[in-house]
Amino acid sequence: MKLFAPLAAACLLATAGSALAADPNLGRNLAATCANCHGTNGHAVKGSGMDALAGMEKAKTLQKLADFKSGDKPASIMHQIAKGYTDEQLDLIAAYFAAQK
Amino acid sequence: MMLMKRRDFLKVGAAAGAMASLYGCAGGGKSSGHVVVVGGGYGGATVAKYLRMWSEGGVQVTLVERNPTFISCPISNLVIGGQKTMEDITVSYDNLKSKWGVRVIQDDVVAVDAAKKTVSLKAGGALSYDRLVLSPGVDFMWDEIPGLNSADAQAKILHAWKAGPQTVALRKQLEAMPDGGVYAIALPKAPYRCPPGPYERACLVANYFKQNKPKSKVVILDANEDVQSKKALFTKAWNDLYKGIIEYRNNSEVKDVDVANNTAILEFDKFKADVLNVIPPHRAGNIAAQSGIKLINNRWVDVNWLSMESTSTPGIHVLGDAVFPAPTMPKSGHMANQHGKLAAAAILNLLAGEQPNPAPVVMNTCYSFVDAKNVIHVASVHQYDPATKLVQPVKGAGGVSAARNELEGKVALGWAKNIWADMLA
Repeated sequence: MKLFAPLAAACLLATAGSALAADPNLGRNLAATCANCHGTNGHAVKGSGMDALAGMEKAKTLQKLADFKSGDKPASIMHQIAKGYTDEQLDLIAAYFAAQK
Repeated sequence: MMLMKRRDFLKVGAAAGAMASLYGCAGGGKSSGHVVVVGGGYGGATVAKYLRMWSEGGVQVTLVERNPTFISCPISNLVIGGQKTMEDITVSYDNLKSKWGVRVIQDDVVAVDAAKKTVSLKAGGALSYDRLVLSPGVDFMWDEIPGLNSADAQAKILHAWKAGPQTVALRKQLEAMPDGGVYAIALPKAPYRCPPGPYERACLVANYFKQNKPKSKVVILDANEDVQSKKALFTKAWNDLYKGIIEYRNNSEVKDVDVANNTAILEFDKFKADVLNVIPPHRAGNIAAQSGIKLINNRWVDVNWLSMESTSTPGIHVLGDAVFPAPTMPKSGHMANQHGKLAAAAILNLLAGEQPNPAPVVMNTCYSFVDAKNVIHVASVHQYDPATKLVQPVKGAGGVSAARNELEGKVALGWAKNIWADMLA
């Protein structure tokens, strides 16, 4: 049961009172937009050189994304992509990846 | 009659279901039913896998694909340029079958009956569905270039705009061309599949000539007024790397070809090349028009952006290059994959009697090689806008590379590995 606790937390978070979170799978759906480069559910292909996001601490992912958005963290492409998502959406994405094993 | 028995599905799907239960949050309702997917490219393979994964094996999925393996259009210009082989861009459907429990049928769908909810297969028989996904890619409008409207002509004047035998054949034509020859690539008016693709191909052919046939030339015959993607970066590459090799001609629409003389016929001009590569105008794959769903300009499918469902025909969802694009949305493999996930989420909601997610997001990344190692990108993020009922590009987000660079050359190949796995592994 312990295995599923973070996932349950993410589900609760996804339903927590915001207009955007009307669909309980919103975090899952948003995180899926990252999977083209970062792997299905954040499991990047080993040796592909892309960051695996699965199981990464939520605060760490959020800080990275905030730094991309602000330009503090140099990037080839993520500074342009991070700006396309609201902070609320990035929160859902980071929570979803944190819950992946 | 060709429907797989439910218990067989459960057998194959059991492993996938157990695995999938580790992922994602279950929605309010449980989804079940049978989804038929037509076309196993970037859109179709993705929706098939994600339907199985997200429903934890609850939804049955049959994928009908005419080719025995997936061959990627992205990266195929590196086969034409001589850096990669066909093997490098070919991926099996085996994992979709064994790991995800998708039933894959190698066949062609020849008819859709939207009222009876069935599709007919070329080899005979029919499949019934609860929801249908068409991901048919594009077919060429041969009538627009009458001289190309025969199998013999198409075997000589290649498009190589669907990766496969044409990719290999174009590479062979380039290898056989004597030094001092001219390669011309003609692209149609937008919208067409892969906006930066023709310019990338020009770069990679020029790169091959520069190293192996230095007296040869590349001419781009662009039907459009101007370069359609990453203009500043491509123009800089042509000036820096291929001065005297690549020549760009705008407003040069090919109206016909003189096949015997390898000559493109433009409105006021003719152009003879040693290797003539004509990408004809294209439209949604033929099955879209045959199914009777609404097309815009008789070419592209009109979809509801909350579900990728046809605006005219409930129960039929359409993905990828076949779709009439939302503002600034490119026809790309990356975008087709995103359409596949948007559709998978919406279909599962609809099968469970729920509304689709009211706030979908899709994003795009296209990497283009300007030589064997250096790459430039364009990226964009598109959010659903209830006012226009379209996914709209987010202002201030997205953009292009600061300059061509080798780091993105590595990233581009990493992108390919990950997106192929996201669809098929």
